[in-house]
This record gives sequence, C-alpha cells and structure tokens, in this order.
Amino acid sequence: MAILVNKDSRIIVQGITGKEGAFHAGQMIEYGTPVVGGVTPGKGGTRHLDRPVFNSVEAAVKNEGANVSVIFVPQAFGADAIMEAAAAGIPLIVCITEGIPALDMVKAKNFLKTTSSRLIGPNCPGVITPGEAKVGIMPARIHQKGHIGVVSRSGTLTYEAVNQITQLGMGQSTAVGIGGDPIIGSNFIDILKLFNEDPETEAIVMIGEIGGSMEEEAARYIKQNLSKPVISFISGQTAPPGRRMGHAGAIISGGKGTAAEKMQTLRDNGIHVVETPSEIGSMVKIALAKKS
Amino acid sequence: MKVHEYQAKQLFREFAVPVPNGRMAETAEEAFQVAEELGYPCVIKAQVHAGGRGKAGGVKLAKNSAEAKQYAQAIVGMKLVSPQTGPEGKLVRKVLVEQGLAVVKELYLAIIVDREKEMPVIMASTEGGMEIEEVAARTPELIHKVHVHPVTGLRDFHTRMLAFKLNLEKNQAKNFAVLVQGLYRLFEAKDASLVEINPLVITNDDQVIALDGKINFDDNGLCRHPEIAALRDIHEEEPLEVEASKYDLNYIKLDGNIGCMVNGAGLAMATMDIIKYYGGEPANFLDVGGGTSEERVKEAFKILLSDPNTRGVFVNIFGGIVRTDLVARGIVNAVKGMNVKVPIVIRLVGTNEEEGRRIIQESGMNVVAEISLPHAAQKIVELCKGFGK
Repeated sequence: MAILVNKDSRIIVQGITGKEGAFHAGQMIEYGTPVVGGVTPGKGGTRHLDRPVFNSVEAAVKNEGANVSVIFVPQAFGADAIMEAAAAGIPLIVCITEGIPALDMVKAKNFLKTTSSRLIGPNCPGVITPGEAKVGIMPARIHQKGHIGVVSRSGTLTYEAVNQITQLGMGQSTAVGIGGDPIIGSNFIDILKLFNEDPETEAIVMIGEIGGSMEEEAARYIKQNLSKPVISFISGQTAPPGRRMGHAGAIISGGKGTAAEKMQTLRDNGIHVVETPSEIGSMVKIALAKKS
Repeated sequence: MKVHEYQAKQLFREFAVPVPNGRMAETAEEAFQVAEELGYPCVIKAQVHAGGRGKAGGVKLAKNSAEAKQYAQAIVGMKLVSPQTGPEGKLVRKVLVEQGLAVVKELYLAIIVDREKEMPVIMASTEGGMEIEEVAARTPELIHKVHVHPVTGLRDFHTRMLAFKLNLEKNQAKNFAVLVQGLYRLFEAKDASLVEINPLVITNDDQVIALDGKINFDDNGLCRHPEIAALRDIHEEEPLEVEASKYDLNYIKLDGNIGCMVNGAGLAMATMDIIKYYGGEPANFLDVGGGTSEERVKEAFKILLSDPNTRGVFVNIFGGIVRTDLVARGIVNAVKGMNVKVPIVIRLVGTNEEEGRRIIQESGMNVVAEISLPHAAQKIVELCKGFGK
C-alpha cells in the first residue's frame, strides 16, 4: 500500500540527460525504483542509464505506459515541464526544480486544476516509499519500511525527522516533501487525506514552517477528519518578519504566518506539537503508545 | 528584490501608469535645480528602501525656492530613522523631486499573488495614505479585492467593479481603468511579487496619478529580466548579505552572536530555533545549499567570522547525497589557515558520519564534534557564554 508511489509505478524522468537529472535518476535506479525511461527534447530515440529517452512526455506515456514523472529541468522551463506532463495525462508529477517564478506557477497550477493530474512540489525533495520507489533526491539509506507517514515543506529537515524515526526502530510508509514555494501542487491536507486512507500508515509527522496558512488549515482538517495521531514541528520560531528565509514561501508578512500562531492552532486542534526538531521521533513513539 | 520609488515610477511611465512630473537627484544642488525647473509647490522625497519616510522627515513639501534649497540640503545625506530602518537608520543618497498636485482624493491600490487562491489579486481602498495593515485590521470591509484568473487575464469588468466600489465618477473611473491595466501589465511582464501605490490620487481635473510607487520583484523571475536585476541598489542591503549573495549563499543577518552554518533552509531555521530554545541567540540564517563544497564552506566561514558579534560558530550538516567525511575535510581545510579564535561546534549526520567525526577530531582544530542535535546546540550556547566576555 503506502501512498503515491510503489514498486508497480512506471516512472519517467524529465531532464534525464541533464547533470542533476542523470545523477538522481541513477540513484533512483540503484535503489530499485521502477524507472522506465526519460524525456529530453531532441534526444528521443537514444538511451541513457540503460533506459529509453523520448522527445516528449506524450511519447513516453504511449511507449512505456508511464504514470509518474519526476522533473529535473532548469527553473525557466519548470512550469512548461509540469504542464507538458499534465497535458500528456500523467497522474502524478513530482517537480524537484527550484526557483520557478511564482507567476509561472499561477498558470501551471490553474491549468492542473482542469486536469486529473496531481503535482508534488516544485522545490521539494520528492516522494519515497521505502523499499519500493524513491522518486526524488532524498538520501535513501536513512529510510526504512514502516508505518509512519511523513509530510513536510522542507528537505533536510525532513531527513532529520526520517532519520530519528528510523533510529528509534520505526519506519516510514511514505515520506512526501511538498515543497517550500508559495504556490505548490499539493498541500498538507491533500497528503493527510491519503495517509488517513492508507491502512499501512499508523501515525503522521507533519513538518511545517513560517509563511502562509497551510498549517492552520491542516490543523482544522485533522481535528475534523483524522483518527490517526499527528505529530508536528514548525520551523522558523526565531525568524524575523518580512524576510524570506531561504524558501520563497517562508516569509512572515503583515504579521501573519508566524510559527507561534501556527503551533497554537495545531495544539488547539489536538496535534502533538514539539518545540525542537530533535523531539520529533520520540514524540511519535509517545503518541503511538497513547493510542494503543 | 526591492527597488527605489524613482525606479518604480520609471517603470510606471513605461507601462502608461501616470506619475507626477519629476526627476531623481543625487546632490542637494541638483535637487534644487530640478525643483526650480518644475516650479512650486514641489515635493522632495528621500529614496531609501524603507517605509515611514514622511514621519521620519524624509519627505517635504517646498512652497518656494528658499524652502526647496533648505529641504534639499536637509534631506540629501541625512540618516533617516524610521520604525522600518532600525535605530541605526539609513543614509539618504538620492532624492526624488516632484511637482505638487491639487489632490481631491487619496486611494490605495496594490497587486500581489494570493497564495491561498493561487492567482493575482488587485486590492483597492478609499483609505489611501494610511497604513494599509491598520486599515485591514480595523475596517477590512473598506479593502476591495478582485482576483484575476490566468485564463481571463485582466478584463474590463475587473476594473469596473473596483471603480464602483471606490465610488469614482465617470471620468475618474475611465482614467482609473487605464492605470490599473498598465499596472497589471507591468506586474505580469516583469514578474513582480508586489506593486503598491499608496496613495493613488485623484486630482481636481479627474486625473488618476500614482503619487507613490513601490515594486518588489520575485527573485525567481530575475533570471529572465536582466534589466530589472540591474536596478538592484546594494547600498540598501546588509553588506554581509551582499557578499554572501556573490557565492550563492543564502544568508540573513540577525542580532545574536552564534553564527550558524546549515544545509537546507528548513533545517537552517530549525537550527536557529533550537539555539534559542537553549538560551542562545543566532547571529544569522545561513543555508550553504546542497553541494557544500570546500569553497562554499570557506566563504561561509569568512562571512560568519566577519560579523563582529560572532562569539561562536555552529555547523549543522545533514549529509544526504553528499558524504559527511568529504564535508568534514572541506571544513578542516577551510578553517585551517583562517586563524579562527571563536569556539566551533560541528554536527555531521548522515553518510559516513563516524569517519567525518574522526576527521574533525584528528585535525587538531579547537572544534567540538557532536552527533546529537540538542547536545550540539547546548554545547555551542555554553561555549559562547564563556567566550569573549
């Protein structure tokens, strides 16, 4: 089970012949991920990493039955790559590319709403279902098959949480990085819903950060719809207002989107909130013990 | 990226958004000359990247030559201190001199991307000239919004709706529509993240004019707008942040004394949080990025150590794809020969972490290597308290 990706996925890599794309596609294949091909316009008909390369996503779908695409293209072409994958009918698009202009994402996101494609990212580490499929740039070896769902707006902080969960003898059903941009394909609620419906997931770790109101909306959703325990950490408690903290989406503006505000709303809705990132793993254990 | 008002207004002109006649000047004499050409009354406005200029004495209305001379001399070269500049203030290097207008109404107008609705929103209000956050908090019903879907783009009905809500008369509404269309074209064409006119004024002959102008640009869009990137004024930025940006290091200076070097923005923020949790104060936010090469580590160290407030450095690297033993070698080579006196705590986790830790310990550097995040954070806080007092 798990969510989004598994050993039966048919995955293609947009930008497979680029430096980043080739490196990470190689790592994905090494992990045993079912990568069935790649797309690089102009290099169709060649092979790369022992996989067929196509000129378009449409051709990859037609020839290989691709149903997941992971995107590694330069920032200026990111939105185009997303829209091409959606136009070709790919059900799950994972965009790793960082730095896509916000107005490009406005177009891409509103186009996606007219299709049945789901987008994860952009500017995210990707999705991994341990032991089955690694679709992104996360370090494989810290993951272990298990029953904790992880969803996060950040990259290395997700690795930190995953590592703690693994070290404490638990594992992950699936770990999803939804990305650090203001406009992203899937939000916390989209992923929480999937984890809630997944029988393999017993508890969920949600890692948020300053900016926007996604965590607050998720908090209310969790209270109304989830029976599984949710453990949460919000980064940026010390961030000053008005400054973009690395991620384009991580900015406190007009006094809204502070960590304190988000943590309070999460607590008020019954979520296990930890003060420091080092307590995430141990809080998962406590929450699971309370539940059983 | 932020630009000055005079630069924003130049862009307004290019997109047919009416602005008052005027010009930028860099000396008091030049400012006086511009005032004489424009005639009186005229306004002299300090050009700094901060709000609250009026209350800080950076904006003056001159009714005659004598006043223009006096104000130009007072403003050019002044240290402008407003709630947004911090107590040290900002040096005024440029002023904008503009013709005075016969204003009958002050409005507010802005365009931003609404994160929740995932499309641009135009916001307008009759409460121009005030702090818009205050208006939003006290009387939210006076802020009118229309969202612009990317399929339709900006249509006449959008501008009509706003004009009615602002109670504009027929000619005013016509001029308002033209201005909003220009402003929206500018917003889209140049990848702005905010355009704001406060106040937008209506004159006694029904002209609609941008009396003020503010534009922020999406940093992610600058790659395709070199002409916008060229408007950057590094005098307005923190010198260490300018230095860091040369090496693609994501650095933000803060008020504390513990320098932080971390890979990844989320982990960098979380590292600042845990330092604070254990009673310390982070000196900065610094994301060294995924690669973490020796060169970048070296530049990052240089920047952290050149902040006079730094009493210690905390390096927190989660080696995912990169091997931590390689990162450790990079750090050792970077720190060697830099004559680092402050305490350093290094936490390396991930691939080959034991090897990484061994390299650090055997380097002979005065460095503490830790694996546990809370232990590492407590250690650096403790060491910094004992250092340099």
